Amino acid sequence: MNDLMERLQRDFGVDDITVRKPALTTFRVKKDSAETLIRELRDREGYTHLNFMTCIDYIEDGIFTLVYMLHNYDKKHSLGVHVDISRENEDMVSIHTLWAQAWTYQRELREMYGINFPGSPRLEEDFCLEGWDDIPPMRREFDTKEFSEQRFGHREGRHSEEPRDHMKVELYPNRGGDEK
Amino acid sequence: MKLPFGRTTSSPISTGHSASLDFAQPEPVDLASGKYVKLWQGPQHPGITGNMSLELTLDGDTIIDCKTHVGYLHRGFEKLMERRSFIQNFTVVCRIAVPEPTFNEYLYSHAVEEISGIEIPERATWLRTMNLEMMRLASFLMWIGGQGGAFGQYTVANWTLAYRDYVLDLFEEMTGARIYHMYIVPGGVRAGLPDGFEKRAREIMDGTEKLLDQIERVMYNNTVFKARAKGLAVITPEMIDPYGIVGPNARACGVERDLRKDEPYLAYEHLDFDVITGSDSDAYERAYLRLQETRQCVSLIRQCLDNAPTDGPFQADMPNVLHWKVPAGETYVKAECTRGEYGYYMVTDGTEFVRRVHVRGPSYTHAIAVMERLAVGNNIADIAGMMVSLHTYPPEIER
Repeated sequence: MNDLMERLQRDFGVDDITVRKPALTTFRVKKDSAETLIRELRDREGYTHLNFMTCIDYIEDGIFTLVYMLHNYDKKHSLGVHVDISRENEDMVSIHTLWAQAWTYQRELREMYGINFPGSPRLEEDFCLEGWDDIPPMRREFDTKEFSEQRFGHREGRHSEEPRDHMKVELYPNRGGDEK
Repeated sequence: MKLPFGRTTSSPISTGHSASLDFAQPEPVDLASGKYVKLWQGPQHPGITGNMSLELTLDGDTIIDCKTHVGYLHRGFEKLMERRSFIQNFTVVCRIAVPEPTFNEYLYSHAVEEISGIEIPERATWLRTMNLEMMRLASFLMWIGGQGGAFGQYTVANWTLAYRDYVLDLFEEMTGARIYHMYIVPGGVRAGLPDGFEKRAREIMDGTEKLLDQIERVMYNNTVFKARAKGLAVITPEMIDPYGIVGPNARACGVERDLRKDEPYLAYEHLDFDVITGSDSDAYERAYLRLQETRQCVSLIRQCLDNAPTDGPFQADMPNVLHWKVPAGETYVKAECTRGEYGYYMVTDGTEFVRRVHVRGPSYTHAIAVMERLAVGNNIADIAGMMVSLHTYPPEIER
């Protein structure tokens, strides 16, 4: 594994290499090298299985981190490839030619985060949200509570508690909800 | 362990990437020509697996294009989890795969434990293993009924659903709930086994075994079932990696992969079982493989009953749930569910909320990329049986 990581560092400039557990290593690669590196891992290093592809929104840093999880069945080892892209310029190279299910993930990421994958098939089609015209809902700035309050409104006779405060009172009734 | 029959295939099995596989989308047809018909199968249809629909384009009775549509059950679970405390998420995760909630509970707990460095007691590993195998049994029983129903054998569906209910009775005894158990929690499980559970569980396992023999005679030897399922929707070994096919769908064409054996977790390394494989993954071979795996479940549950410690802690020392501190970290954990690799990817940032959870369900590729490819060229009458034979659960696609 060290040899592979050294080679990836040398050839692709990967950094932030972290061994999360014996069967999982994660690292970061630049956007421009990502597709070539993933193709290389698939074709030459035996990471033939795409477990999934997802995104993490770091709104405070102004970036999306795309995560490609690849698995090598012979070595029983997974690699988490992290790629940072700007939240403002949300374009990423498509990998739909590498795995048949990749375009589905890309279609979902476009709908949920607004990331564009030029060339990916059926990207404009709705995935889960038919006729959605709000901001992509998995972005951190999308407030689910505010959305549901606006969309569904208050129903007479319904009463709800803030779970955290309610449980404190339930657990420590004699101290007025003060756990100390 | 090889299935006793099925057409032979060239060996050794190769699952490498094949450049000849074409992922290109089909060209749209001219509906205005009047030669073709567009037909929606689902979301409300007895032959559909859960709340999804297939947009089919037909030339006569033959399907020439298929598009899967999901979203009818989208509840935004992954988004919800980002705004709820770690313990609150338990009411969310179990709803992601309705017929198999336990795998979600286990993987979510395991991800939290791995990032937090929590070790669970040995008794909890056995109880979790048994719980997961009971879930597998209940899910397979439901699936056999679905597959029988899709080919007109409703009697089988009634039998298996009745026995699934007996397994749900066991869940109720063990966890207090029939469907959403919330039994597996970080640190272990919520309770040990109640008095008399072992005896009742063994009785139900004996009954299930007899039922499976009857089902094999009635359904699997039935001429109509054989004629319709054999040769239907064949998955070749070359498709496995490019399409991300896992579980029984992959094993039925001879690919010997099972996370319980390949990367053992919980108590699986102490259990005696073989990976069951077939030779030609058509609807019949997959159905027969699942029947064998259902029998294997019964054996594994018995082994858990034989070997699980009856005393000792079932829960590690954990702080008050309101004060859980999960350190910053990242992990991907996975388990073999009835349909193959089920996984949870979790990223935490040291706050009281999870930063990101991604749920990886096998249906994501089986119900979309694989389904859309296999449907083309088949008869409209076989589409329901074909869908069930891929064993898909839509909620895990749309999370």
